[in-house]
Amino acid sequence: MLEVRLPGTLTPLFPGLPRRLEIEAASVLAAIDELEQRWPGLRDRLVAEGPSLRNHIHVYVDGERAALDTRVAERSRLDVIAAISGG
Amino acid sequence: MSKTLLTVGTRKGAFILESVDRRDWTLRGPYCEGWPVYHAIYDEPTGSIYAAAASEWHGSTIWRSSDLGETWEQSSEGLTYGDEDGRKISKASTLARAGDRLLVGVEAPGIFESRDNGQTWSLLSTLSGQHGSEAWDDPANQPPGHLGISGFVTDAGDSDKFFAVVQGIGAFETEDGGSSWVPRNKGLRRDWPADYEDVGFCVHKLVRSSSPDRMYQQNHVGMHRSDDGGKSWTEITEGLPGDFGFAAAVHPHDTETFYVVPVDGGHGRTMHDGKATVWRTRDAGSSWAPMRAGLPQEDAHLGVLRQGMTIDKHDVPGVYFGTSTGQVYASADEGETWTEIASYLPSISSVDVAIVG
Repeated sequence: MLEVRLPGTLTPLFPGLPRRLEIEAASVLAAIDELEQRWPGLRDRLVAEGPSLRNHIHVYVDGERAALDTRVAERSRLDVIAAISGG
Repeated sequence: MSKTLLTVGTRKGAFILESVDRRDWTLRGPYCEGWPVYHAIYDEPTGSIYAAAASEWHGSTIWRSSDLGETWEQSSEGLTYGDEDGRKISKASTLARAGDRLLVGVEAPGIFESRDNGQTWSLLSTLSGQHGSEAWDDPANQPPGHLGISGFVTDAGDSDKFFAVVQGIGAFETEDGGSSWVPRNKGLRRDWPADYEDVGFCVHKLVRSSSPDRMYQQNHVGMHRSDDGGKSWTEITEGLPGDFGFAAAVHPHDTETFYVVPVDGGHGRTMHDGKATVWRTRDAGSSWAPMRAGLPQEDAHLGVLRQGMTIDKHDVPGVYFGTSTGQVYASADEGETWTEIASYLPSISSVDVAIVG
């Protein structure tokens, strides 16, 4: 199982969405698509046309910066970060 | 008892102001999870509030509330150019109702429609085929703020007829629901060279009076009036302190009365001389009078954006505007006197008004 950690900016948009959950997926995009199945609309909050990760959404797999096509291993940790910025 | 409802879009969410007498106002919000809201409207046919929003992190979406702001949902399903097109949506800018369709204008320039009250969206038009449209998305052509669809003017009698404004390009009209478009920029002033006669104009705000043929617009260079439904335009700037501004509103019962907020056309884009002033014409632009009573007249460097002023439909209409520094001002007497009804909101992008209940 893949451990996914999501930014707090997502949870108000999707009732029942936890900050941490476990899913099965082989890549970052597959993980996001799995989340989309359970919370429709979530993919669009993370992924822009292309597809590509939205500009200020960063994803890390086991601590390494990742892209949508990055492969993930079983028992990996996937962190989705809304870049710290703004004002 | 009916109430007057203002929907206010700000850089940090949507807010609602409501009043039963247009003197005492109650403020609610912020809504939409603090997302930047570029245009929030009350939709009369459904009784819902819609808000066009774009987050730096999570993209563009349309929020909707069917209970006057108590609860909200959002959807961007279908609000995309797709993975193959190469175009991206950077902002949902403006909303309008046209018959059974809800329209949203976006950047890069395009119009999406929803036929299920904002649950799903589909691309209606990019106005492709207009002179120069192939270069609208060229990054070299992008002004600050980028090109997009910045406004609509719909036709109460024919939902297939409406105008769309493309920032920095001009106004276009469709009479077939968005399948084909005609530039409506004849007679507009432009102070810069252009490759085409019919496009290359900077329309900031387009409004239609209660008579379909009488329209007004605040342009980057001058106020203009049309007496033939936008087919041709005449400049009516003379008598105003400047030719630049964004906001405009037309009286709902008097086609001769029109309001604008001139601002400095340089980088500042705040009201002239630090004196907050709405200018009103009672004779279709032949003469203008400043409306200042109740507005700050010293060190008031206020800006008002293109969706930032509106007017209600009471017998004696109320006029409202929101500023880039978070104040909302209201006049219940057609602009004669003003009251500050909200003081400390985030920077305001839009103000819309409705009479509900």
